[in-house]
Amino acid sequence: MNEMTQPYRLAEAAPVSWFQFATRHRASIASLVVLVFPLVMPFTALAVNILIYGLYALGFNLVYGYLGLLSFGHAALFGTGAYLCGIAIVHFALPWYAAIPIGILGGLLMAALIGVLAIRTRGIYFAMVTMALSQCVYYLFYQAVDWTGGENGLRGINVRVVDILGVKLDFINPLTRYYVIAAFVIAAFFVLSRILASPFGAVIEAVRENETRAKASGYDVTVTRLLTFILSGGFCGLAGALQALHLSIVPIEILHYDTSGIVVMIALLGGMGTFFGPMVGAAAFLLLENLVSVWTVHWQLIVGAIFMICVLFFPAGIWGTLISRGKR
Amino acid sequence: MAGLSLNLVLLQLFAGLALGAIYVLFAIGLSLIFGMLTVVNFAHGAFYMVGAYVGVYVLMLGGNFWVCLIVVPLAVGLLGLAVERVLIRPLYGRGIDYPLLLTFGLSYVMVELVRIAFGKTGFPFDTPEVLQGAVNIGVGYFPLYRLFVIGATAAVLLALWLFLEKTSFGLIIRAGARDPQIVRVLGVDVARVWLIVFGIGTAIAGFAGLLAAPLQGVIPEMGSTILAEAFVVTVVGGMGSIGGAVLAGLLVGVVVSMTSLFAPEMGKVSIFALMAVVLIVRPQGFFGRAGLMS
Repeated sequence: MNEMTQPYRLAEAAPVSWFQFATRHRASIASLVVLVFPLVMPFTALAVNILIYGLYALGFNLVYGYLGLLSFGHAALFGTGAYLCGIAIVHFALPWYAAIPIGILGGLLMAALIGVLAIRTRGIYFAMVTMALSQCVYYLFYQAVDWTGGENGLRGINVRVVDILGVKLDFINPLTRYYVIAAFVIAAFFVLSRILASPFGAVIEAVRENETRAKASGYDVTVTRLLTFILSGGFCGLAGALQALHLSIVPIEILHYDTSGIVVMIALLGGMGTFFGPMVGAAAFLLLENLVSVWTVHWQLIVGAIFMICVLFFPAGIWGTLISRGKR
Repeated sequence: MAGLSLNLVLLQLFAGLALGAIYVLFAIGLSLIFGMLTVVNFAHGAFYMVGAYVGVYVLMLGGNFWVCLIVVPLAVGLLGLAVERVLIRPLYGRGIDYPLLLTFGLSYVMVELVRIAFGKTGFPFDTPEVLQGAVNIGVGYFPLYRLFVIGATAAVLLALWLFLEKTSFGLIIRAGARDPQIVRVLGVDVARVWLIVFGIGTAIAGFAGLLAAPLQGVIPEMGSTILAEAFVVTVVGGMGSIGGAVLAGLLVGVVVSMTSLFAPEMGKVSIFALMAVVLIVRPQGFFGRAGLMS
């Protein structure tokens, strides 16, 4: 009796692994974690930083992890969001709920400007062109002293009370501030998850996996890249706007090359191309930075070395390594 | 505009060439390394900075500028050899992003190590006495040291050209840049060639840092600014092309210098505008091969 004569049996419904479950409910799970997060953190200010940098990395990851283009110019998107939100409040006395969309819009527009130029190049050029263009943005904001405060940064973004539908929330209270910012981050989780689950999200990953095949399937690779970059700018712009509200000042360093570099480190540390990676990376990176800077002022040495070790030995990052274990 | 004589413009042009000479040296190393190893060396600025600091150290030990000119490229080149051998070699064949990310992390480590060793504040770097002062170059007085920078760059370019075109090792390098696989099949140890090219590229970066030191002073962060500008040079000139790096480096220097004459605050922005124009008109750069971009 050979195998052919045996009746074909349907495979029993495989139990849903934790990984599949986590993928299906990724936005909800991330939101829950964010809600309980400040309770386990040593101090709330750090938790707020992790939220904002996590959101920034989430936007970056859309381009690097999902689209497969390495950008070294995301500081321009983050910084433009922060500056435009700040300018709306300081120079136009707009309320916070109007300033945040302006920040998002700033991120989108800057991403469109940089994207149109950078998308003309491919591969390794992309990192260089985005870095050079963001350096240009740094100089422009640095020169526009009347609007941006130049070297001193944009000061006076004082939002003390956040009122939502008549409810007045005390934005000075760290925990309240955390949950106000968390509300935006949670919204971003659901938007991003929706984008990735959409047919457009599949095209993004198709372009990363095989550009030629995506093109042959009738997708416009250039437009996909540009749109993804612009979407990424929206997330980073939101992160920047929240950063401006949180710090109540926009320092010029926000546009510096180092700000672009940090997000690359966070995304790689967490695990690029994964949904939870950026948040995990932001938590790991900022906790590490805090721990090391207690011990020595030369935290960049330790962080740089750890990053190199990651590139050499753990390119999948913390979350990426966990996933590959979980899939087995 | 009445105050702007032709002589002033010409002098500014020469100043631009001196500035461009530094860009040329920096970008040549970057281009050489990319052309051979397809590694974008994000630590190139750090090697440039280390070159300036080795110069400071040699002067501290009582050496003079001429000793620096010999010691700096050797020391930085040796550091480059060690970095390629230990850190970059394991990453070959793992995707083009990984060596880039590694050198990016390395630049943080190098900058911070220099801060630990020499402090955060930086040093002034005196122009060597023989090269102080100015000479009449026909259109006006021009700083002697800047002339020296142009001359030294020309000498390095000539030496590099002779090495690449007239020696058998240079032949291997040129062949390896075109098709490493065939070169390997012919029995050449390509890994050793790559090692040496990385060493040469970083040595030239260190030399550029030393030449720039009397012009700009020496600080740990001096490398990251020029890195972005050198990327403009390589994009304009075409990645992996040495001729492109030379032409674009000088062009960028002159553009910065000329813009500074008319609109001082726009000097740095102008080169990015130049890059934007090149990207729109000719995305692969002056001498770039389209194939290298993917």
